[in-house]
Amino acid sequence: MWQYTFKRLLQGLITVWFIATATFLAMHSVPGDPISGERAATEAIRANLAARYGLDKPIGEQYVIYIGNFLKGDFGISYTQQNRQVNDIIREHFPVSATLGILAVLFAALGGVLWGALTAIYRNRLPDTVIMFLVILGISVPSFVFAALGQLALVNINNFFGFSVLPVAGWGTVRHMLVPSLVLGMGTMAYLTRLMRSSMLEIIHSDYVRTAKAKGLPAERVFLKHQLRNAILPVVTVLGPAIAAITTGGFVVELVFAIPGLGRYFVQAVQQLDYTVIMGTTVFYGAFLVFMVILVDLLYGWIDPRVRVQ
Amino acid sequence: MSEMNSISPAKLSVDDFAPLAHRDDVHGINRPSRSYWQDAWRRLKSNRRALFSLWLIIFLLAFAVLGPLVWQVDPSRQDIDQISQAPGANRSAEIVPEYTAWNGRVQPGFESDAAGPRTAADANSQAVRLIWDAVPGATALRLYRNIFAIDNELAFGLPIAEFTSTEAGFYEDRLDLRPDTYYYSLVTLDQSMNLTSQYQELAVDVRRVITLDEVRERELVAADAELAVGDQVMLSFHPMGTDYLGRDILARLMSGARVSLFIGIVAPFLFVLLGVAYGSTAGFIGGKVDQTMMRFADFVVALPFLLFMILFQVVFGIGPGESGIVPMLVALILLSWPATARLVRGQILQIRQEAYVSASRLLGARNYYLVLRHMIPNTLGVILVTLTFAVPSVIFTEAFLSFIGMGVAPPTASWGSMSNEGLATMLTHPHELIFPAIFISLTVLAFNLLGDGLRDALDSRMRSLE
Repeated sequence: MWQYTFKRLLQGLITVWFIATATFLAMHSVPGDPISGERAATEAIRANLAARYGLDKPIGEQYVIYIGNFLKGDFGISYTQQNRQVNDIIREHFPVSATLGILAVLFAALGGVLWGALTAIYRNRLPDTVIMFLVILGISVPSFVFAALGQLALVNINNFFGFSVLPVAGWGTVRHMLVPSLVLGMGTMAYLTRLMRSSMLEIIHSDYVRTAKAKGLPAERVFLKHQLRNAILPVVTVLGPAIAAITTGGFVVELVFAIPGLGRYFVQAVQQLDYTVIMGTTVFYGAFLVFMVILVDLLYGWIDPRVRVQ
Repeated sequence: MSEMNSISPAKLSVDDFAPLAHRDDVHGINRPSRSYWQDAWRRLKSNRRALFSLWLIIFLLAFAVLGPLVWQVDPSRQDIDQISQAPGANRSAEIVPEYTAWNGRVQPGFESDAAGPRTAADANSQAVRLIWDAVPGATALRLYRNIFAIDNELAFGLPIAEFTSTEAGFYEDRLDLRPDTYYYSLVTLDQSMNLTSQYQELAVDVRRVITLDEVRERELVAADAELAVGDQVMLSFHPMGTDYLGRDILARLMSGARVSLFIGIVAPFLFVLLGVAYGSTAGFIGGKVDQTMMRFADFVVALPFLLFMILFQVVFGIGPGESGIVPMLVALILLSWPATARLVRGQILQIRQEAYVSASRLLGARNYYLVLRHMIPNTLGVILVTLTFAVPSVIFTEAFLSFIGMGVAPPTASWGSMSNEGLATMLTHPHELIFPAIFISLTVLAFNLLGDGLRDALDSRMRSLE
């Protein structure tokens, strides 16, 4: 297990290095100049700005400094918000995105497992039909439509009751988090439900379930110990990519619900061409996603010993 | 035993050794032989959901390709008389004379004894003319216009006029009038010019009117039509309403369909092609080359997809007047090929072991023949399924990017950018968001269902448990 963990972490580090390099190359092939416009009024100002951001050095040296700074955990200074460290931006806004994302993953995983198990048990009966219809809807409707409809519903609910049942936008309390995270987790929940259903159906017909029933175990015990536990395995595998999808999908939800998360910041930085913020957030997000996937893999290896042997 | 005895050699004649007549019905193959593809097509046809999705896709393609030929309205033309018009809204307008200045006199027929603000002339989209009596005890008056009645919350919004005289006064409102009900409130100000809770409210129903010149200019009627003041004319027809700039939503949905479906179909086709080439090369060569190639693919998979999509949009730098379609295609291809490459490589590695490949090699088949004749055709089913499932994900990506303003640049319409624009007016004009959202959802639904059907029909190993 330790060897497996070490191997995966090493792979993860190399992947993060690759992401950092790709980001560096991409941002240095952007047409135009990061210090342009009215800020660089004269040549002297321009030269000073270039020196401040280290743009006066040859590209190879810039790359070495860039990677060195990343290793030290320093993402540089923002271009548009002078004197603001990218680290500060990430420290301030990432916890918001992370909270939203964790809640959404929680909603998606719990909902997916529950609905999936239900549909498998009530196969081809009314609950199955209804849930599977909703699942198809959940897979086909883009997240921003869910976000917009969720907000519209909140407005109407609040109007109906005459007071603010749940806030329509903003961030701060648990009440602010419920609807956005539910909306964010919706697509993944639908996907996980489908996965859970087919994995559950496979298990229901397996020999050991029949044996368990035949030897007279109570139905709940068969369900919990034999069916659910084994059927969850494939769901755990896709949890890594699901976290990635949810984190980046959060941009839209943050935009619609006016949540001060890192995703909204990233979109804003892209629109303002804030180079250091773009690079910093991309690498940070990339590293976060890579290690989340590794974490899920390790978790999977812990649940299912067959994986780590290979 | 008696049977045996009856066929004694002595009783056999020469005729007994004559060949029997050929009979087809004894040892024939009863069912016609079908190829793999015929069989798959038969299975697909019997799947009602897949068939429905196929028709839906045909409809959507027709909507994109033939739609603009049938509904020849310029998607970027603005109809300023009908801005944010919901579908099915009344579009008749009465012809009125040219606007003339007003001196505050009450038009004949509008005299009234009512107190408070009242209309002094016909309220129409050209002008709303208000008069009121003196307000005792006020320092000044402020006039507000709202589209909702003022409740106890006293949310007046921004004033449209302020009057230092508290005598009987008049005001003419010509600011962006639409056929709607407006609530005018005349609020009393106290000595320090602050709002008090004293206000007089008047609800005014505004009729849509148009002048003769405007009718001619917008070509709403035939050039030789006889029209007089007081006649009704119909404004141009918008079956799905108009957006916040007065553009026809149906026409925009059609041109948006061209963009969204173009990206949604061309991008998967190209990156699946790249993935097939990459994966089959890696799988066929095998060994060190395979490992290196697949390790590189693993790195590309690890790139955070949407972040890099956005990054590439920046790198390719959408200039003014460009649509941003080509950068998006390139970025999608660069980032999406590894999934197909992995899948195809796995299939090729499997097929390489098959006896028929060895046999073919033994018979002297060259490498390219093996790949093109045996390996790719045998992975075609998997590739087709991947392709179908790639379409909805690409359409989602396009919509997502356009929604956050990083995709197709205006004025080019795409379903995503239309949804983005519709979001701003979601509360008052939901149709601007709902129509593009429905089209995105329908397309994604159709391709997902078709993908399910194809998977069930083409590959029994991948068949989902239903």
